[in-house]
Amino acid sequence: MSPLLSVRDLTVAFGKDASEPVVRGVSFELNPGETLAIVGESGSGKSVTALSINRLVDFGGGRIVGGSMRLTRPDGAVLELSQAEERTLVDIRGREIGMIFQEPMTSLNPVHTVGAQIEEAFRLHRGLVGQAARQAAREALDRVRIADAEQRLRYYPHQLSGGMRQRVMIAMALAGNPRLLIADEPTTALDVTVQAQIMALLAELRAETGMAMIFITHDIGLVAGIADHVLVMQNGVAVEQGRLDAVLDAPQHDYTQHLLNAVPHFSGGRAVRADGARAEGGERPMVAVKDLVVRFPVGRGLFARNAGAVHAVEGVDFDLVQGETLAIVGESGSGKSTTARAILGLVEATRGTVDAASGQGGRPIQMVFQDPFASLNPRLDVESLLAEPAIAAGRRIDAALRERMGFLLEKVGLPANCLVRYPHQFSGGQRQRLCIARALMLNPDVVVLDEAVSALDVSVQAKVLDLLIDLQREFGLAYLFISHDMAVVERIAHRVAVMYAGQIVEIGGAGAVLSRPRHSYTRRLIAAVPGMDRRRQRYDVDTTPVPSLVRPRGYEPPQADWIEAGPDHLVRMETA
Amino acid sequence: MNYLARRLLTFPLILLGVSLLVFFSIRMIPGDAITAMLGTEAGLLTPVQRQALAAYFGIDQPVVVQYGRWLAGLLQGDLGISVTYGKPVLTVILERFPLTLELALLAMVIALGIGVPAGVLAATNNERSTDVVVRILAMLGQSTPGFVVGLVIIYVLSVYFGFVPAMGSFTPLWTDPLANLGQLIFPAVTLGFAFAASVTRISRSAMLDVLSDDYIRTARAKGVPGRSVVWHHALPNALIPVVTLSGVEFGYLLGGAVIVEQIFALPGLGRLTLDAIGQRDYALVQGCVLFVAFNFLIVNLLVDLAYAALDPRIRLGAR
Repeated sequence: MSPLLSVRDLTVAFGKDASEPVVRGVSFELNPGETLAIVGESGSGKSVTALSINRLVDFGGGRIVGGSMRLTRPDGAVLELSQAEERTLVDIRGREIGMIFQEPMTSLNPVHTVGAQIEEAFRLHRGLVGQAARQAAREALDRVRIADAEQRLRYYPHQLSGGMRQRVMIAMALAGNPRLLIADEPTTALDVTVQAQIMALLAELRAETGMAMIFITHDIGLVAGIADHVLVMQNGVAVEQGRLDAVLDAPQHDYTQHLLNAVPHFSGGRAVRADGARAEGGERPMVAVKDLVVRFPVGRGLFARNAGAVHAVEGVDFDLVQGETLAIVGESGSGKSTTARAILGLVEATRGTVDAASGQGGRPIQMVFQDPFASLNPRLDVESLLAEPAIAAGRRIDAALRERMGFLLEKVGLPANCLVRYPHQFSGGQRQRLCIARALMLNPDVVVLDEAVSALDVSVQAKVLDLLIDLQREFGLAYLFISHDMAVVERIAHRVAVMYAGQIVEIGGAGAVLSRPRHSYTRRLIAAVPGMDRRRQRYDVDTTPVPSLVRPRGYEPPQADWIEAGPDHLVRMETA
Repeated sequence: MNYLARRLLTFPLILLGVSLLVFFSIRMIPGDAITAMLGTEAGLLTPVQRQALAAYFGIDQPVVVQYGRWLAGLLQGDLGISVTYGKPVLTVILERFPLTLELALLAMVIALGIGVPAGVLAATNNERSTDVVVRILAMLGQSTPGFVVGLVIIYVLSVYFGFVPAMGSFTPLWTDPLANLGQLIFPAVTLGFAFAASVTRISRSAMLDVLSDDYIRTARAKGVPGRSVVWHHALPNALIPVVTLSGVEFGYLLGGAVIVEQIFALPGLGRLTLDAIGQRDYALVQGCVLFVAFNFLIVNLLVDLAYAALDPRIRLGAR
């Protein structure tokens, strides 16, 4: 059997200079119906490799400067993709090689309906027009399990959720019945339960159509669930490749081993922290949140004033003691970030109290945000950045402040001489260290970390997590750790609160909640986490819709009933 | 509709503000209407005659009272009488407006007709020779003053083609379309030239932005041919800044293009306003400014409606 795609010594460079290619000598073969996973961190060249296959890399300023990519076409002829004319490539794209991308939010054209965009694919590849195209598009949406396909066709992308958009992308990519589907981080931007749905869908469709797949990811846990072969990339080079089990169980290259060790594996609560257990009662909490409610009014129209409100956070209670990490986990829209913002006073609470013991005495709660690239002002040097909290508190840059800067830079592992440098001179991980140092400038008792490690590469993520734990031990910090990533939470949390649709549904010690989840949502969430030990396991297609948070005016939710599932483990009673 | 109604409700407020500003600011300019009207002969007036004339035009009252009277008239659709023309202000303005409107429309058609395709062409050939040529032309168009272009056009037409566009009076479109077009096409080209240059530049940069967006990559990945990627997928997304620019420029043009009207001797709104200021024809100045402000409001409203038509996220409300 001849391979569907045979790539030899692929070398890709950007710009006019071919001396520093970003992909160097990558080779692999892909047989019909097989799935190859390309794994690597950002900048490893994995996406460039993928985009080279259908030559979309040309449009981003890239050039294939060496090697060959031979595609076997349906009639048995072999096409050299690296030499093919754009005219030929237009025929190949979509029809023989389909592709789906990472960002479902930006990958669909905002000015055309999803129906029009899917129909276009059918028109291009099957020559269908009018009613026939519409019919085909409707069937395509059915195929990717979108309910009410007829209505959804008329929707614009912004009216659909991320998971829905990614399904639309898949429907579009499959319209041409490609024999090869390239999926470039298709689930990275999605919630974990949605990710599980998309993975299940891809696996089903692969079985249905017999197409081959190239699956690009940074998450080696996901690879375990879907791939036949794995290719690991680092700095533009394929450092290791082989069958899935061989690579995962007996990695040969240092980098693969490092990657496998660095990735936080979720182990169902078996790897929670043993230190810093809560003292039995009595300790005064650093932060006590009582019945926190945040609502945003909707409908500001002339006649639609105050039609109702989005109940973003509804009756949230918890406390946080010194030296403890409380992780709030949940999916996008669950209210976890709004809770954090309300605690810092960045959004106004509709009701409820936030008692912060450290709030007085000039030591406010500090926050570290998700995106280290966006949360540092590019025009300020490190000294000014670190001085910001002090200046906001009415202090001036003096010798004592400079001394503290030096001290903290050393603590977060940055050289003290970087005070005169600017954010763009640092990597993502270093920037997040800067953000952490900045948060510690005023010697706070409580730090809110809002997805603080989510944007980092896995190996960097592991180091930043270790740093956070060290700092917590040294300074007795209390962390409120907002995250969607169960594996990260397992590493850092002492206690876990699970949020769903604006409410806490389960709260308690990390070990108890993660290993013996009682609420149905917590169970769903944990079941959706991919893992190394869940190899080729089928994910269930779960299409439970998230309830709407928009409530009519004056609506008050019923009082919550709590079940005590164990010591320090509360579960919200579910209404049948 | 709800949105439209709310927007229309703000119009009277804005116009009231404009009228206040213009009413009091023009009276701060030294000189008076009677002297301006009668010129040197004003010196022959006896104080009693002057007083009588002032009373006739209502300019003997305190400014606040004048404003009150004027506002009361305005509410009944009466903008007052032009001292210079001896006719109602609205009549004078409406006589001049068709020319200005037609000129502005022609200029915009020329600007968009040239500017958008040129911008798209430059963007799709980014950093290649076509792009460089278009950028140089656009730079020239933006930096050349309108009167230079106008004078060159007149010079070339009259010296080399012996053609002199009809000047002085205006032939409306409906009496003689050909004569009308012959009269307006050159001023329109003059105005459209600079306008087209800005449209080119903004279309180019908007297209460059859009062409690097993720959904363009998606379109290419599904096999959409290059031409269709550009015109069907990219251009609709790049039009918003073009519409914004066109709206502002069009609004200005509706206020009259003083220099071009002067060069081509066209009786448009721009010269009318300028003359009215020179003549201290208070009622006419107020009328012109209010009219221009009203036009601006209408154009802005149309621009916002165009946004909604172009972008479903605006039309349907982003989540």
